Amino acid sequence: MPENSPIISIQGVSKIYNQGKDSRVSALDNIHLDIHSGEFVSLLGPSGCGKSTLLRLIGDLLAPSSGAVLMNGKAAPQARHDRDYGMVFQQATLYDWRTVSKNVQLPLEVMDYPRERREARTREMLKLVQLEEFGKHYPWQLSGGMQQRVAIARALAFAPSILLMDEPFGALDEMTRERMQMELLRIWEQTKTTVVFVTHSIPEAVFLSSRVVVMSARPGRITGIIDVDLPRPRLFETREHPHFFEKITEVRECLRREEVKGAAA
Amino acid sequence: MAVAQALELEPTAQSDKPRWWPAARRALAFLVVVAVLCVLWEGYKAVGMAIDGNLPCGQTRMPICPTDTSMPHLWNIFGALFQPVRRGSEFISVEDIFQSIFIPLQRCDKKISFVNILQSLFKPTEVCPVEPLLIVLIRSALFTWGEAAAGFVIGSLIGFMLGAIFGRFLLLERSLMPYIVASQTVPLLAIAPMIVIWGSRLGWEAWWSVSIISAYLTFFPVTINTLRGLRSPDPTAVELMRSYAASEMQILWKLRLPAALPYIFTALKVSATISVIGAIVGELPSGIPDGLGRVLLTFSYYYISGPEKLYAAILGAAALGILFSVIVAQIEKLVVPEGRRLEG
Repeated sequence: MPENSPIISIQGVSKIYNQGKDSRVSALDNIHLDIHSGEFVSLLGPSGCGKSTLLRLIGDLLAPSSGAVLMNGKAAPQARHDRDYGMVFQQATLYDWRTVSKNVQLPLEVMDYPRERREARTREMLKLVQLEEFGKHYPWQLSGGMQQRVAIARALAFAPSILLMDEPFGALDEMTRERMQMELLRIWEQTKTTVVFVTHSIPEAVFLSSRVVVMSARPGRITGIIDVDLPRPRLFETREHPHFFEKITEVRECLRREEVKGAAA
Repeated sequence: MAVAQALELEPTAQSDKPRWWPAARRALAFLVVVAVLCVLWEGYKAVGMAIDGNLPCGQTRMPICPTDTSMPHLWNIFGALFQPVRRGSEFISVEDIFQSIFIPLQRCDKKISFVNILQSLFKPTEVCPVEPLLIVLIRSALFTWGEAAAGFVIGSLIGFMLGAIFGRFLLLERSLMPYIVASQTVPLLAIAPMIVIWGSRLGWEAWWSVSIISAYLTFFPVTINTLRGLRSPDPTAVELMRSYAASEMQILWKLRLPAALPYIFTALKVSATISVIGAIVGELPSGIPDGLGRVLLTFSYYYISGPEKLYAAILGAAALGILFSVIVAQIEKLVVPEGRRLEG
């Protein structure tokens, strides 16, 4: 694989639900997108624009109606079987009969890691998300933010090169959310994982991403890609930086252009 | 940071009450309910006797006649436990009652030891003439429990397998579920004799047939709840497994089955009690002399002359069902973590 080839390549992907029926919905229409190794890319758009669908197509949890997704140069189903990515959902989706450390071990059990490596890896991951002392707790004993940190530790436990996140902080309150964003950036910089992050929050997308992919609904299309060149590491002060607001305005206008166009049509 | 995280935790219940406090409270609540029921029973009876069963409004009679035949005094019911089963001999003193429990054991087995007591409970052949009702009830209950437990195990296994198969193959569920439901609408009283007759043609021991009848009742709740439990995980919980490229078997063992356990245990607790009912009903047509079925039948024949014996036997049968259900609930506590149980 050449040095500059993308780690994820989405090639003319469309997704149509209920094909051939009256309830036919075109969720995604002819999406092209390349994501490079080490990037932090956000998929941003209103609800119903197909951003979650796109994420599931990348992860081969859904099959595209046409087009193809390549991950690490392989077709998406192959990449899923090779465990090339970790996934984090809006709900932490922790298995509540397992303790925190057993939850982090879950993918390692599925992948038949030997016990010592499982345990070592789990300790390492809980340290990464700063929950070392909570290994023996059950999920329902943790706050929402802590649960989501466990979910991130679980997704990274088998050291995948890609992290797919579907509105992971959508269910958290604003304060916890901002703290989690800092955490996630720290983890991203530490692990050098490529992140694809679905969100409908403009500030969140701008604060986190190296690129924001703006999408519009019915049918889901990419309407603009905005490079965010804010300096890294991004800190609490970044949110007060004038350039941060400029980027937010830029993204907002990109979203609005589509809305106006949609209303005219 | 660690402190802040610790604060986010739910406060762990650090009460100043001792560890046995919750258990004691539950026991107390249970006793209070029993006491209230006793007071209601005796109160109804006392009021009823005073007004001679005639309600003050017009000609209406009380719904249940408060005489000693319909509603024996509670102390008579309790006392019946320590009276001989056969009529004609009565224990008078406390000493008699005490001897009534130990003398039969001595006569039957020579020595009184824990093993002998157990043996005499399990050996209904060595009936001694002056056995008190309590011993007979315990022995019959243990025998019936053996049948019920076998039926419970068979029924639960069948129920679990059906649930698992239906959970996997929607088409089978659609086509077979109506028959499963129909199987439970057929009166057990009609089916029990058929199973007994088929069993005897096949050369089964009589109690096997009883266990099958018991299993026939128990498999149904387990099937329904297993199916529901296996389908209970969120779609995203399944997607998570698929993102690990987990096999169907791994998804079953690591996700669906653990998710189903609280549902399955709810069904098992119900099944435990109805397995006892199934066994008692099954004992009637099979003519088994050793179980609660025969005891209940006999005492219902002699109801007029000794109603308190039937009441005592009914309470014994109820106690057996409750005991079985409690045992299953205790096993659940070992298997399912606290936060996941469907009820306290």
